[in-house]
Amino acid sequence: MANRSNLKNYIIAGLINGGIIIFLGLVGMIETFSQRDIVSGVLNLGFLLLFVPYFIFGYSTAKKEIDRSMKSVLIAGGITGMAAGFISALLPILGNFVNLRDMFMNASPTLYTTLDFGQGIYLGGVILTLVAGIIGMIGAVFLVIPQRIRNAILQAVVWTVLVGLMRDLLTVMIARWGAISSLFKWLFATKGLSIPGAIVIVVLVGLVTYFRPEKKKANVQRTPKVLTKKQKNVQLMKYGVGIILMIFLPQILGIYFSEILDNVGIYILMGLGLNIVIGFAGLLDLGYVAFYAIGAYVVGVLTSPEMGASQITFWQALPFALIASVTAGVILGLPVLKMRGDYLAIVTLGFGEIIRLLSLSDWLRPYLGGTQGIQRIARPFIGPLELKTQGQLYYLIIAAIIIAGFIAYRLKDSHMGRSWMALREDEDVAQAMGINLVATKLTAFATGAFFAGLAGAIFAAKLSSAYPQSFNLFVSINVLCLIIVGGMGSIPGVLVGSLVLMGSPELLREFAEYRYLVYGAILVIMMLVRPEGLWPEARRKLELHESMDTEPIETETPSVPENPAG
Amino acid sequence: MAVLTAKNVTKRFGGLDALQKVELVVKENAIQSIIGPNGAGKTTFFNCITGFYNPEEGEIYLGDKLINGLSSDRVTRLGISRTYQNIRLFKNMTAVENILVGMHPHLKSGMLGGILRDPRTNKDEEEALNEAKRILKYVGLSGQGDMISKNLPYGAQRRLEIARALANKPKLLLLDEPTAGMNPSETQEMTNFIGQLRDSIGITILLIEHQMRVVMGISELITVLDFGQKIAEGTPAEIQKNSRVIEAYLGRGAASGISEALA
Repeated sequence: MANRSNLKNYIIAGLINGGIIIFLGLVGMIETFSQRDIVSGVLNLGFLLLFVPYFIFGYSTAKKEIDRSMKSVLIAGGITGMAAGFISALLPILGNFVNLRDMFMNASPTLYTTLDFGQGIYLGGVILTLVAGIIGMIGAVFLVIPQRIRNAILQAVVWTVLVGLMRDLLTVMIARWGAISSLFKWLFATKGLSIPGAIVIVVLVGLVTYFRPEKKKANVQRTPKVLTKKQKNVQLMKYGVGIILMIFLPQILGIYFSEILDNVGIYILMGLGLNIVIGFAGLLDLGYVAFYAIGAYVVGVLTSPEMGASQITFWQALPFALIASVTAGVILGLPVLKMRGDYLAIVTLGFGEIIRLLSLSDWLRPYLGGTQGIQRIARPFIGPLELKTQGQLYYLIIAAIIIAGFIAYRLKDSHMGRSWMALREDEDVAQAMGINLVATKLTAFATGAFFAGLAGAIFAAKLSSAYPQSFNLFVSINVLCLIIVGGMGSIPGVLVGSLVLMGSPELLREFAEYRYLVYGAILVIMMLVRPEGLWPEARRKLELHESMDTEPIETETPSVPENPAG
Repeated sequence: MAVLTAKNVTKRFGGLDALQKVELVVKENAIQSIIGPNGAGKTTFFNCITGFYNPEEGEIYLGDKLINGLSSDRVTRLGISRTYQNIRLFKNMTAVENILVGMHPHLKSGMLGGILRDPRTNKDEEEALNEAKRILKYVGLSGQGDMISKNLPYGAQRRLEIARALANKPKLLLLDEPTAGMNPSETQEMTNFIGQLRDSIGITILLIEHQMRVVMGISELITVLDFGQKIAEGTPAEIQKNSRVIEAYLGRGAASGISEALA
């Protein structure tokens, strides 16, 4: 039975949870999100935002009681949920007596109706308390059911929500498929999923997950897996399918998705570069957007007829853009050689702002266009074909990512990559190992700037224009965030981070309004729960290669060092 | 033949003279020690030799080449390697990677080679890896090369740090309290290892040590520092009897007591 101090803990957890709900309500997230249906007429995103915290808090308080009886687990979840529900219900009651709108713009009647289920503040409050209690209890139940069922339910819910959220995009996409499109149409209602559609997805995903052979838990310290020949073939086939899918992606997905992919791709490109500077070499560069801007502006100035400097093609301008950004990387690197950590961050931050302000300035207006920016930037041609649609530019971006990814991947395991990592770990000791700090730091800055310049050049060609507004501090911060979320120093992490952080706000317009709120929350949660990132860096096995792994490894070390071999 | 000659080395921090006119000659293929109470300037002296500090006065020669004033990476390239009092491995890199970084001065492949992986770079890397494995085996860490170095046990970390220093193929190896934090049996093991190191690869070793048993057991010549000054130099037997040394360690009163007891 729950004793008093436990009870206190549940109630505190409930209070925090309720506070979060009130916060989400007052910033307007619940109301905005409730306009988006996931399952038509049954569940909208606002309710989901309301219920998920109850569930999580119920689950986590119950987790502390897992060693006790089933009853106390349920009580823990239930009480936490009810306390949270009660607190959340206070918001409409308070709003009924005091005009909160003077202070909080989003404390609207719609929000209150969402919170009290349209049943009036008191009855609604009771209902919300009970519902929250039940959800908290469901969270607790979730803890005790077998892992396989848990996974199945989780996957089913996640997929239903994802498909429901992407309804608009998916219907547009499906419409392009011609004859087979009618096979899928019934899944969706005018808003969100249709009820049968939702049921089908839940059942399908649930069953597939339940009966899928279980995978072994991934090692915390990721090392490349050892594969048998058969597994290797399977993996090769997977890669093949992946590549074919990647080639036809714009055709399958349509214009809007391609646009998103292009934007994500440009961020991947920048992420790969900044990952070298921050992830490999540990140099905290917050002015990274400067190189992106330089790449874009050089292509703009050299190719746009407006600027009149010259009118060369995109491909002719590209080398100049790359040289310019690499040079800028070295120039930035020189004064900051002696700086470390936060000092470096501040100086680079300033550098980024200088470049942006120069592009904005009246002084350089005749050359860079000032606030008007540069228009009519040349698009790349391949033979007679002009790359101008999102689908066509996609291939250019993919090609750039493959090149950049290859370079980053090769460098990581090279002599230079090891020097960078040594620099990141301990600068003084790295120098004491004979590493030339000047050369090593400058190459890191230059390589990072190279990738950013490439991204900038493609970005300018894609929009066929360049404005100073596109190159603000938030670009640097976004790239930094995606690296942190993906996993510092990890190349696949950059891909995952970009898809999650750059892709999701584009898919959810409601989400975009709260982008930085959500980023902040994600960063805090990531740091607490998974500081190594979503896809942490894998360390290569060097001493014992895969072929040797089949033999037993001697773990025993001789207590006295052996005599030398020679 | 002297490997290292320090003449008149003075290092000041503000008003504090951390080192005052310290003189030291390290002979080839010797094991020599620097001892002294806390704050005597031992580690500062190491930092001056390795280029981490630039002494205000005096000269330091490696062989006959003047090395003070050079940056620490250049000193390392000339053939001095060191370990640290508080282990300073590259914590998030594997053991082998640590050794490979230590090999830095001998690797020639550049950035382009790293990207293109031309045959020359591959050969260079392969040789480096084999050498790293050999060193790993030599210090008794075979099979643990792919461990992240921070996950290695304490004693293994100490040995790995020495392995990393050896990877530079140094003429002179500086060990800063190699047995710090070790229990008696580990200390004995490390002492034997240091002796073996010199005998087998013919390296010259200068060490800072706190534990008298280690110092007296293996060093041929001991230099004693106190408040930045050299107060004595001699064989272990001579140092043990030197009253100024006893005084520096135990204080004046105790020193006279001991001399009486010895007499």
